[in-house]
Amino acid sequence: MSPDQSLEQGLVQGLVQVDDLSVEFGDVRAVDSVSFTLERGGALGLVGESGSGKSTVASALLGLHRGTGARVTGSVRVGGTDVGAATDAELRRLRGPVAAMVFQDPLSSLDPYYAVGDQIAEVYRTHSKASRRAARARAAEVLDRVGIPDAARRARSRPHEFSGGMRQRALIAMALACEPQLIVADEPTTALDVTVQAQILDLLHELREETGMGLLLVTHDVGVAAESIDDVLVMRHGRVVESGGVADVLAAPREAYTRQLLSAVPRVDAAREERPGDLGDVVVEAEGLRREFGRGRGAFAAVDGVSLSVRRGETLGIVGESGSGKTTLGRMLVGLLEPTAGLLRHGGAEKSGKGVVPGVQMVFQDPVSSLNPRRSVGESIADPLRARGDRDENAIRTRVRDLMERVGLDPAHYGRYPHEFSGGQRQRVGIARALAAEPRLIVCDEPVSALDVTTQAQVTALLAELQRELGLALVFVAHDLAVVRQVSDRVAVMRRGRIVEYGSVDEVYGSPQDPYTRQLLAAVPALDPAAAAARRTARRAISPGASGAAGKELAAA
Amino acid sequence: MTTTASASAATSVATKARRLTGGFGGLLGGGFTGFVVRRALGAVVTLFVLSVVIYAVFYVAPGDVAQITCGPRCSPAQVQQVSEQLKLDDPIHTRYLDFLSGIFAGHDYSTGTGVLHCDAPCLGLSYQTDQQVTELILNKVPVTGSLAIGAMVLWLILGVGTGVLSAWRRGRATERILTGVTLAGTATPVFVIGLILMILICGQLQWLPFPQYVPFTEDPQQWAWNLLLPWVSLALIEAAKYARLTRASMLETLAEDHVRTFRAYGVKERSIVGRHALRGALAPVIALSANDFGSMFGGALLTETLFGLPGLGRELVQAVRVVDLPVVVGMVMVTGFFVVLANAVADVLYAVADRRVVLS
Amino acid sequence: MSEALLASETPGAGATKAPVPASGARQFWRRLRTQRAALVAAAVVALLVLVALAAPLLTALEGQDPTSYHPGLVDSARGGVPVGSFGGISADHWLGVEPQTGRDLFARLVYGARVSLGVALAATLLQIVLGVAVGLASGLGGRWLDQTLSRATDVMVALPLMVFALALLAVIPSSVPRPVLVALVVGFIQWGGVAKIVRAGTISLKSLDHVAAARLSGWGGVRIARRELLPALAAPVITYAALLVPTNITVEAALSFLGVGVKPPTASWGQMLTSADVWYQAAPQYLLLPAAALFVTVLALTVLGDGVRTALDPRAASRLRIGTGRKREGGS
Repeated sequence: MSPDQSLEQGLVQGLVQVDDLSVEFGDVRAVDSVSFTLERGGALGLVGESGSGKSTVASALLGLHRGTGARVTGSVRVGGTDVGAATDAELRRLRGPVAAMVFQDPLSSLDPYYAVGDQIAEVYRTHSKASRRAARARAAEVLDRVGIPDAARRARSRPHEFSGGMRQRALIAMALACEPQLIVADEPTTALDVTVQAQILDLLHELREETGMGLLLVTHDVGVAAESIDDVLVMRHGRVVESGGVADVLAAPREAYTRQLLSAVPRVDAAREERPGDLGDVVVEAEGLRREFGRGRGAFAAVDGVSLSVRRGETLGIVGESGSGKTTLGRMLVGLLEPTAGLLRHGGAEKSGKGVVPGVQMVFQDPVSSLNPRRSVGESIADPLRARGDRDENAIRTRVRDLMERVGLDPAHYGRYPHEFSGGQRQRVGIARALAAEPRLIVCDEPVSALDVTTQAQVTALLAELQRELGLALVFVAHDLAVVRQVSDRVAVMRRGRIVEYGSVDEVYGSPQDPYTRQLLAAVPALDPAAAAARRTARRAISPGASGAAGKELAAA
Repeated sequence: MTTTASASAATSVATKARRLTGGFGGLLGGGFTGFVVRRALGAVVTLFVLSVVIYAVFYVAPGDVAQITCGPRCSPAQVQQVSEQLKLDDPIHTRYLDFLSGIFAGHDYSTGTGVLHCDAPCLGLSYQTDQQVTELILNKVPVTGSLAIGAMVLWLILGVGTGVLSAWRRGRATERILTGVTLAGTATPVFVIGLILMILICGQLQWLPFPQYVPFTEDPQQWAWNLLLPWVSLALIEAAKYARLTRASMLETLAEDHVRTFRAYGVKERSIVGRHALRGALAPVIALSANDFGSMFGGALLTETLFGLPGLGRELVQAVRVVDLPVVVGMVMVTGFFVVLANAVADVLYAVADRRVVLS
Repeated sequence: MSEALLASETPGAGATKAPVPASGARQFWRRLRTQRAALVAAAVVALLVLVALAAPLLTALEGQDPTSYHPGLVDSARGGVPVGSFGGISADHWLGVEPQTGRDLFARLVYGARVSLGVALAATLLQIVLGVAVGLASGLGGRWLDQTLSRATDVMVALPLMVFALALLAVIPSSVPRPVLVALVVGFIQWGGVAKIVRAGTISLKSLDHVAAARLSGWGGVRIARRELLPALAAPVITYAALLVPTNITVEAALSFLGVGVKPPTASWGQMLTSADVWYQAAPQYLLLPAAALFVTVLALTVLGDGVRTALDPRAASRLRIGTGRKREGGS
């Protein structure tokens, strides 16, 4: 598969050698003179926020920019092949047998129409003279290796019949099919729940120990990097800011940006800000809340008997993995969804009738779809004012400008449109719009999960500040345990529509009672590589072997 | 034939298939049977609504049915007679139920002097010939069938082939030329291309006879020889539509993430286009074919009229000219029936190939 | 702290310097201007519209009208073949005369443009109004309303347009002017596609967070439909309408060709082709002129429609133009 010649060259030169790589798309320089080497069997992480150029570098390793109009300069050698100078045929021989790519979104990265096994077999047959039958056997073999239970049978399933974690395993299996010397993994765990993320990272680690292949991991998540790699490259605006051993960089960052990045990462073990002890009246109270979707045999309860209460000036965190019902619960609290059963009391009075509740607002997850692209942000913020009957244009404008200033936006940008703002700024617009209604309660549905970590920290700080100032009650719905811990007074852990653990932050995070909470906490990546190794061992104790974990996942799907 | 309705219907299966992101475990027989039953029930409801709409439109809405039926030169007495014969004084729902029972149980019509029996499924008797409409339609099916099947084979090969070729050769001269030709094809009405071809090939060059239908059972060679020109005319125009659809769907698939995966693994472009992109174009092409196939039961109106082929389409045109209402209504109903049926069958067939559809 | 936050936050990838979408129309023109084919098509369409509008003027210039018979100009002994060479082309009759009747061909052709474009535009307008109304009601209404309207839409889509239109035109009393009748029939039959698009768009828009935010602000359904939904639906509807116009032209021509659409003495391109095959040797232009007129009109409108789609939905358009003018990846 891999020609002996290139193998030898690779031994001499190192597996990956990037010299002065720059990539330009039109006028935009996405990557600016990046150089690094990766030794055979080594693991290198490219860490950076969105727009740092990290994925562009990864694509350049496989020559994926060829034919897209991007201008690539500098030299990239992978396993002895000069990627820039290689012919199309040489490039094809590189892709798969020498370096294999694992993409981010495992659902869209597989062809929905073909069986997973067939897709892996197709890749295998592209690079070997194997028969159809042999290729299929190879597919089952690698699927089994990545911990897909009953691999020979599951190989005939199509991607949508797999859970997210299993799809990611299948993509890794595809990468393994041609026994590459290097795996390039582009955000391989970003779309996954934290427990599944831990399994995938453990799998990558195991495979590396076993086959001795190199790993180039692209991630925005410093925790993920700490778990999986030896050396790290911190990137920003297309340049390398800092590089070195991962333990050294994380423990003692030299550059200001790295320090800023690290300090913005929310941690489950960091010291917490002391929060005010005495709280006001109950703002919202739910009792036995239930919501079903679908009818007949297809009906299922997304939220199943949830009771909770939130007081003035307090933040209740609701944390859970995908499908836990946390978003449905949040939407019921504001009245966007009607409960199937159960009671909801706002300010002591039982909610009567359908529809939204005055004095309750929401901050949404997606900064793109939460603002009407055809209306200026000022108009969007003014919406609640106009809806309640304000007619004085000057008063409205003044109030909107005040609100914009309050959330850290330039009031002069009143007439600008959403696409002219960054994600974080758009979230601020959303917050200003919620504030315009002078609410008692704001439900924040994953308000920072689409943002970079430094922006995340700024938005959560803003929310906390507004809460102190205005005495708001907040419900903070999120999947990220560290973020929830940072912002909340009390936490509810949800799983399959139910609250499995409910208590103060210190209780839930300090001495979790429910096994699921413990499993969640064990899966959160640590920022310290040594601690990460210890936790990996601990995880193996909780769920022995990767295939065991996948089996459970399958049962859950 | 050149309507956007069929094209928009074509997207229905495709969007259904794309919108679904799956995420559920293995789908077994139960869900599938349920899907088929649901789809069948939906088709039955649509058919019922269809029959009500058609009946209402033709027998209730416009003008005086008796007058129209009888013709402009009828005396009031004659009109009255027709009105009685058609039971036009009965309430509309009785008449509709009567019509419906005729479909399932047959019908007896009194002519004053005797009784004309109409077998189930009875769609009435022709005013002109007293022939059973069902029989009339059945007699014409071989002609339209001959035209439709030959043309359809031709346009599927030609259209899908052109679409695939231009998607594979995208960005090259081949694609530009094919896109231009296809565009010209969609802009030409079938009766224009048919007219010109007929005049050129049959008139000027005399390579082919002016088409005259010869039944397949009589002389297969003459059958094909005579139908060649109608086949080509119809197929050329339809192929342009299919080529546009195929190309667009394939290019859409080629922009999807999974194609990037296979490129990143060194899979050859030929295999990416031929296997993965083509598979994505299948759903809309199947849906459009089903719609076109169903529509054919209304006859290839223009082609048949132009070439003088005695098929369903020409029958309909003639019935329309003499306002033979039972024939007109019967043909519209049968056509609607087959379009609905073909769509339902296509959906089910597609669901066999792609179980994700079942989840919707 | 606000200033500090503002300063430290870097503008994301979404922050572009493009003009605001309020000037959506201007942006649309800018994108349309970059497509040469669409521009040529637009010019052709503009010319056709001009000809249609100025039809009385143009025929006055020629000194003819579309309905007067000129029995002297056809040879009744030979079945009505136009007298003179090339189908009777002369200084009086620029494009010759119609066989059998001797009506002026140029006049009939330019008046035919009126019918073609007028019927197509009116039918399209009707299709859009009906489709948007049904689609919106279906997307916003409750389960029952949606079920009923969707079923009705299915029926309308299932009915083959030509068959249904043909049948309808036969039974509707002919007191209404034929062109109006054709426009009405085609408009009332063929709104299913628009309704489907609008319904699907409404349902997907409804689930967007900015619509939820508008609800939380306290707005009612009508205001939300007007402010949050309709503007976003405009692009797909216009795109679809742009391709409906050429389809409607073809349908009108086909119906008239079959003798049930626009009938003589009113001139229509499709109707002119009805008997053209008999006369192609004596008067080839009697076949070629209306055929060419139809071809050019439909082609120009289709190209313009494609251009409109590209300008309205650049993302989809760039998907459809992938690789154009670039070197391809891999290759074999």
